Amino acid sequence: MAMRSTDILTQTPQGLYCPPGDFHIDPVRPVPRALITHGHSDHARAGHGSVLATRETLLIMAVRYGEDFTRQQQIAPLREEIRIGDVTVRFSPAGHVLGSAQIAIEAGGTRIVVSGDYKRAADPTCLPYEVVPCDVFITEATFGLPVFSHPDTRDEVRKLLNSVALFPERAHIVGAYSLGKAQRVMALLREEGYDRPIHLHGAMERLTEFYKSEGVPLGETPKVVATERGRLAGEIIVCPPSSLQDLWSRRFPDPVACFASGWMRVRARARQKGVELPLVISDHSDWDDLCRTILDTGAEEVWVTHGQEDALVHWCETRGLRARPLHMLGYGDEGEAEAEDPASPPATAETGAP
Amino acid sequence: MNRFAALLDRLAYEPRRNAKLRLLVDYFAHTPDPDRGYALAALTGSLMFKKAKSGLIRGLVEERTDPILFRMSYNYVGDLAETVALIWPAPDRQQALPGGDGPAIGHNNPPPHVPTITEVVEALATMSRSDLPARVAGWLDALDETGRWALLKLITRELRVGVSARLAKTAVAQMGGFAPDEVELIWHGLDVPYTELFAWAESRGPKPESTNPAPFRPPMLSHPLEEEDFAKLDAADFVGEWKWDGIRLQAVAGRGEDGRLVRRIYSRTGEDVSKAFPDLVEALSFEGAIDGELLIVRDGRVQSFNVLQQRLNRKAVTPKLIADFPVHLRVYDILTEGDEDLRDLPFRERRTRLEALVAKLDDPRIELSALVPFESWENLESARSDPGSVGAGPDADAIEGCMIKRLDSPYLPGRPKGYWYKWKRDPFLVDAVMMYGQRGHGKRSSFYSDYTFGVWRDGPDGEELVPVGKAYHGFTDEELGKLDRYVRNNTVNRFGPVREVEYGKDRGLVLEVAFEGLQRSTRHKSGVAMRFPRISRIRWDKPAAEADRIETLEKILKRGEAEIHPLQDPATKGSSP
Repeated sequence: MAMRSTDILTQTPQGLYCPPGDFHIDPVRPVPRALITHGHSDHARAGHGSVLATRETLLIMAVRYGEDFTRQQQIAPLREEIRIGDVTVRFSPAGHVLGSAQIAIEAGGTRIVVSGDYKRAADPTCLPYEVVPCDVFITEATFGLPVFSHPDTRDEVRKLLNSVALFPERAHIVGAYSLGKAQRVMALLREEGYDRPIHLHGAMERLTEFYKSEGVPLGETPKVVATERGRLAGEIIVCPPSSLQDLWSRRFPDPVACFASGWMRVRARARQKGVELPLVISDHSDWDDLCRTILDTGAEEVWVTHGQEDALVHWCETRGLRARPLHMLGYGDEGEAEAEDPASPPATAETGAP
Repeated sequence: MNRFAALLDRLAYEPRRNAKLRLLVDYFAHTPDPDRGYALAALTGSLMFKKAKSGLIRGLVEERTDPILFRMSYNYVGDLAETVALIWPAPDRQQALPGGDGPAIGHNNPPPHVPTITEVVEALATMSRSDLPARVAGWLDALDETGRWALLKLITRELRVGVSARLAKTAVAQMGGFAPDEVELIWHGLDVPYTELFAWAESRGPKPESTNPAPFRPPMLSHPLEEEDFAKLDAADFVGEWKWDGIRLQAVAGRGEDGRLVRRIYSRTGEDVSKAFPDLVEALSFEGAIDGELLIVRDGRVQSFNVLQQRLNRKAVTPKLIADFPVHLRVYDILTEGDEDLRDLPFRERRTRLEALVAKLDDPRIELSALVPFESWENLESARSDPGSVGAGPDADAIEGCMIKRLDSPYLPGRPKGYWYKWKRDPFLVDAVMMYGQRGHGKRSSFYSDYTFGVWRDGPDGEELVPVGKAYHGFTDEELGKLDRYVRNNTVNRFGPVREVEYGKDRGLVLEVAFEGLQRSTRHKSGVAMRFPRISRIRWDKPAAEADRIETLEKILKRGEAEIHPLQDPATKGSSP
């Protein structure tokens, strides 16, 4: 007899928990045993007893938190079954950032896929998403409204390059999350033939070096020297979003504030943040891809973790799929839900609402 | 449409004037006729077609989307045009999503034709209202998100991208390397889509002839008089005038080719505002161009700016509005008369011509602005601080200071140095407490540079601060740095780009705020709105408890109060001091 999905996976204050395997997935507080989908800080935290994740995710956690981020680490090879207690788990590429994976949990003939954060769009810095057929699909809904339809990233990068050509006396400062987005923007710029050095805020240096060491070609990426900022007219500088509004960015020649994020789709959002050149580049699925992915998995039941849960649950119901919101707290991808700035409405409105 | 959409998109985010200009010039230089001409027409508000109403657009989208999802989306985005642009289920999107409801396009079908701005504008000008929904839907299908957003802005004729008509014309002038005023002079004789104008700007054609019998001419503007100017200027070279607290207008009349008199009224920026003032247009029975101030005059007495605003705020110009708010032009200069351009004549000769013209017109709606006699700067200072004492009589309340003009000054467009000065009445001052700081724009985008301030009033729990205004200038860059630091270090609450700072009886920063006037407002919690508020001093030394109370503002407000609603209270009509 097939096991009930709720026997395989339940919710605890720490996050999703699998009783027959005795492990948590992406727990928001320290637990004895954690399976981690990807390296963003709201999913991958330090202090767990043991961590099972992809090789890249483990390395990213070590870069961010130091080698001793957990007592014991174990690499999960992609697409290989691993037995844990009474369940088997399998990690598959999620296409979100380097090393990101979905985790399929199988027990008694029922398969649940925890997708973590994922996208279907092409990304030169990580493996593409792979569809994993399942009975229950657990999805995020960061951009879970039909107004979110991410454009072709090539056009967005060209927008940036056109602006650099039009304003050669100004510095273009691109706010992008330090893990994943920043490197993707750089890789996209290289794909468009941009071969000037791309200047980096110090906070991105180590993760960028890590990407390079993993074989992602990002070209020359010097770190910005504080005293040299005035000389970077006509150049592209990448920094964490919070630095866009900082004193740090004031010293560049007549800076153009650019921000690479899916939120830039909504004009009021961009203007609120003082962004002059919004670049709609997201590491999450847009509405159409969320819907498409749910259908692709063949799941009969959908659980929605965080984001715009209500709209996606409503859509599932119109398709005859059982769906429920998990209203999980603590997620909202360090970046795209703007967790860095507690003042911004999305951090609470989209991840915290019960 | 795509290029135009990209332009609007970029303009909407660009706060800097010069950068906007660059974007416009770049667009005009790289876009063929007639597309760029229609774009220029859209930006200058010169397109004439029936507007699409928001109901039509909502109707279209509701037929094509799940109403629940549409409502959730609209609530989230907050702007109808933008929500529709984003949510529109274009055919390519339908195809991408298995099980989509819309008509999927087969692989053999050609991609939909993306309309040009020319096609859109020309179709809108000729099509009947009943054809509109289907056409708009077809365009929305063919365009991408930015294109849809721009289309909806265009067809509702509400661009709102922060570009004035003047700025768009300046961009064309910059292309051709001539002064913006040259474009302005011939503007009203040009036809959409301005191919002649662009040919001229690209040195491919002659300067278009102005066939406009009543063109706008850029006005001459003044500089504020600074303390150190008095030593340099000789009072004997100048003549004084009142500075009226009204609206600067240029009234022009001339004979068209058919011999009919064409009469127009322009704002300071060259906008044709004739339709708003039919009663004044009627009075323009001369040929020439005169420069003056629009005022409301009741019973021979000039009303304050507050009263003038009552008329300006109305959309429909009804006979009742005209009767209740009779407009009047107080003239102080003449630019042309008949075929004669008088602008090179010295002021004193133009004044003689103007006096003669006004005498000939003999119409109470067009009156001469009196000269203010003075022999020394001290004389003028006393006139400025007490206009009533030197013959301003009952009009004193509508005077906001003095103008000083060189007797030999020609009439030059723009703001030439050394000819005309304005010496404004001292502003009102109030000590208020900073309550909120908001991030500025452009170069100031990383600074908290817009400050909301409040004064004390009695609340249910004792004295409380009520916001009375917001100011974002008046301070130096160094002071801005200090104010920015103050906001950051004293934040108690954050709302997006706004921070609430600490304030109360024993803590808070007092700002001395200067402003030109007050009016009642239902939009503000305090019930008053300030004109031109700015920070005149930062009172680091003053305790918040000693800031002003709302009564200080009430008193200033009451001075002009009788003029605002005299019609509701006939007893006070014309009798207030």
